[in-house]
Amino acid sequence: MSYLQIRHLSARLVGAKDRLLRDVSLTVERGQVHGLVGESGAGKSMIGKAVLGILPQSVEIVEGSIELDGVDLLQLSAAERRRRIGAHCALIPQDPLTALNPSRRIGPQITDRLVQILGWDRTRAETRAVQILGEVQIEDAARVLRSYPHELSGGMRQRILIASAFAAEPKLIVADEPTTALDVTVQKQILKLIAQMQARHGTALLFVTHDLGVVSKVCRSLSVLYGGMVVEDTAVRPFFAGPQHPYARALLAATPKYTDPLASLQPVPDAVIAQVRQEVKASDKGWFHV
Amino acid sequence: MAEGRGQITRRAGLRLWLAGLWLTALVLAALLAPWIAPKDPLAQDLFLGRLPPFWVAGAEPGFLLGTDSLGRDVLSRILYGARIALVVAVVAGSLTCLIGATLGLLAGFLRGWVDTVISRLIEIWMAFPPVLFSILLIAVIGPGLSSIIIAIVVIDWTRFARVVRAEAMAQGAMDYVASAQVAGRRRGSTMWVEILPNVLPTIVVLLTLEMGIAVIVEAILSFVNLSISTDDPTWGGMIAEGRSSIHHAWWVIVFPLITLFLTVLSFSQLGEGLKDRFDPVLR
Amino acid sequence: MPPHGYSPSGAVLNEWARGDLAVTGQMQLFGRFLVRLMTTAITLLGVAVIVFVVIRVVPGNPIAMMLPPGATEADIATLTALYGLDKSIFQQFVIWAGGVLQGDFGMSITTRQPVLALVMGRLPATLELSVMALVMAVFLGGAAALGGTLRRGTRTEGAIDVGAGMALSVPDFLWGLVLILIFGVLWPVFHISGRVTPSLDLPFSSNFYLFESLLRFRFDLWADIVSHMFLPALALAIPLAAIIAQLLKQSLKETMHLDYVTLARTKGYSEIHVITREALPNAILPTLTLVGVQFTFLIGGTVIIERLFSYEGLGNMAIDAVINRDLPLIQGIVILFAVIFTGVNLLVDLSYALLNPRLRHG
Ligand SMILES: Nc1ncnc2c1ncn2[C@@H]1O[C@H](COP(=O)(O)OP(=O)(O)OP(=O)(O)O)[C@@H](O)[C@H]1O
Ligand SMILES: [Mg+2]
Repeated sequence: MSYLQIRHLSARLVGAKDRLLRDVSLTVERGQVHGLVGESGAGKSMIGKAVLGILPQSVEIVEGSIELDGVDLLQLSAAERRRRIGAHCALIPQDPLTALNPSRRIGPQITDRLVQILGWDRTRAETRAVQILGEVQIEDAARVLRSYPHELSGGMRQRILIASAFAAEPKLIVADEPTTALDVTVQKQILKLIAQMQARHGTALLFVTHDLGVVSKVCRSLSVLYGGMVVEDTAVRPFFAGPQHPYARALLAATPKYTDPLASLQPVPDAVIAQVRQEVKASDKGWFHV
Repeated sequence: MAEGRGQITRRAGLRLWLAGLWLTALVLAALLAPWIAPKDPLAQDLFLGRLPPFWVAGAEPGFLLGTDSLGRDVLSRILYGARIALVVAVVAGSLTCLIGATLGLLAGFLRGWVDTVISRLIEIWMAFPPVLFSILLIAVIGPGLSSIIIAIVVIDWTRFARVVRAEAMAQGAMDYVASAQVAGRRRGSTMWVEILPNVLPTIVVLLTLEMGIAVIVEAILSFVNLSISTDDPTWGGMIAEGRSSIHHAWWVIVFPLITLFLTVLSFSQLGEGLKDRFDPVLR
Repeated sequence: MPPHGYSPSGAVLNEWARGDLAVTGQMQLFGRFLVRLMTTAITLLGVAVIVFVVIRVVPGNPIAMMLPPGATEADIATLTALYGLDKSIFQQFVIWAGGVLQGDFGMSITTRQPVLALVMGRLPATLELSVMALVMAVFLGGAAALGGTLRRGTRTEGAIDVGAGMALSVPDFLWGLVLILIFGVLWPVFHISGRVTPSLDLPFSSNFYLFESLLRFRFDLWADIVSHMFLPALALAIPLAAIIAQLLKQSLKETMHLDYVTLARTKGYSEIHVITREALPNAILPTLTLVGVQFTFLIGGTVIIERLFSYEGLGNMAIDAVINRDLPLIQGIVILFAVIFTGVNLLVDLSYALLNPRLRHG
């Protein structure tokens, strides 16, 4: 049973001709992790933002649908969409240093949404905050809840953001490269933590990354993006056995192997890039008539 | 979005044009006042007092914008008033600029005790209520065109000094200054050759804005009866006159007020426009 | 920053605000405060010396001016000696400064009353006017900034930008005249002269009329006072409101791009909530510093605005004092203004330090 279903989604800069997202379709099953890979600028974050309703004002969706639990978000009124997303989805952002409001204490940043959007009473929200911080291995939760963000380390803040995302038991979490801004030593712990939390809470996860190695460990299925277009959308196992699309194959060849980290890496060949560019262009054919 | 940006530039361009147009018209009016003014701006005729402008019943032909309580022609006084306003704007503006910018440049580039002294002076100046200070100065040195100019220079030099000082400090910290020093350029020459050209756009913008301010200061001083003689046609003086008869002869205050308003607005729009031209990063 | 109560240059103001912030961040709070106190004292001394010297180089004897035409040389000499005007400027200054330190600002020449009492009698009127104007400016400017942020990228924002640009380009004096014409003559809904209708009986025991009328539940008087204050306060408020609108909108828009604001959006909050709760507290600090400094310009603007609206405050009295060459009174008023200006600046610095969580808990 799918929880998130994106169908034929196209988006572009307001007033521009070229699309940033080209006819994107993908599915995230309930409780499963779906990876979203592609090079920088491929449109990975754009998809995540579209799902969460936080596209920049300069970007407009021109066609397609985003169904959350069978309801097309794009058909809802803005307020209703916001309420639905707020109640059922959450975001684990990329940069823990900027994702917490510097002028507010940690506590309210976790509990406010529980109280104001989900209508919990304050004591329950506070108990929940302490409990969920415990789950991400933060022991002195009471002190942390009273702290300001600048008093905590980067790894600590990322844990808080993960806890905060899971606090309301959302059905879907979008994690946008949740470890790239962190120290390499902390990255592994945080990844493991996200995977643990996801498994424990049975949350569906849309996992944005450009690291196929991570995908192979965390995800069940994945979509490969190039130029805003999905070039391959498949389960993880067949993908790593042998990708269909030449670009996906090249991308895989360009990723260090877990088993053989010293093997020579192949950059994506120019011919493959040229081919996938061609396909992107072809997908634009006839689109202007819409 | 790209389109929106274009619109904004176009609108800013339009404002710049309108401002330039108004100021050009004003300069022409000032230069040609003796030929284009329909009446003598000083001629009083108590029988022709408070005549309304031409489209209102009771108007006399020849007095297009009506007359004040002493029967002086409003239009002619506005035209002649442009002379005083523009002289004050240009002379006071330039002198203020010269003195303020020089002090600011010295303070910002030389730093040390020069900066301490100038900064302290600026701080003392900023603690004076400017309008009161200017009125006080005029009361001391006596009314007259040159007094007004002196008062403006004495009070407003800090505007230039503050900004130019900050700017010169920022420029002085840049690598190109250091490399000029390494190359053996003397400090004084660095200031003129390296720093000044980079601060010049800011100075020009401030100068334009200062001209608008000078016009206003002149009007304020005329308004409290301290500008030139009460007979001389100044916009501020006309406004003061009109303020007292506002309920029975609105035109005496309205026309000089519109003129003053547009002039001040034009100077500042010109300054803003120049700023955009000079420094696209600022916006 | 520019005198005459307004600055047409938002970007330049911004630079200043940033510069000030950087300094605050670098220095120890307490040390900075001590230094500020000292420079403030020097500034006030400088102001005192300058006024003192400037008004004493006035040609013409102020005493001669106030006596009736038939007065003899001897009369003039006696009075001159009485006011100490026969001594050297330096001696006069020492005597005056000694008095000031004991709270004695001398006697007004025209009214023969103590300067301090006269000045304190008028100060409440000016304070009420300034604070009212400040509140109006914050309200108008804040609303415009929030509205512009909410509707960013639309025509509404463009209109707000143009409006703020205009409001900033024209100083309070001209706005005052425009308001007199519109709301005093064309559509006479407000009073354009005085502080309160003269025929009213005033039961007040202080000169804080606005404040006291509220305390005494005299809403009829309160309405009359507000109706007198509204236009002068608005004239003072318009340029400051424009500065607030520009600066606050700019920093709000910058803040709106930050990750924690985006994160708050995904939580289901409305756009207004996101702006006011998440973005505003962080965006407000640079604006706050600037508003403090601009407030001193606003107070400086009261001088001419009070004159324009015949409002019986300190500024109006100051202009009369200048015209009448009332030296002790001029000195007293200028010093009082300087004290207010430097005091406001000190307060701003202090509140900046207190409001910034990074400095408070750093
Ligand atoms: N606010 C914006 N306005 C206009 N274009 C944008 C904006 N944000 C992103 N884009 C463009 O949209 C495209 C997709 O960007 P997106 O951020 O989704 O890439 P990404 O795959 O997440 O890359 P990265 O790995 O660097 O995060 C890029 O070409 C980018 O230039
Ligand atoms: Mg991204």
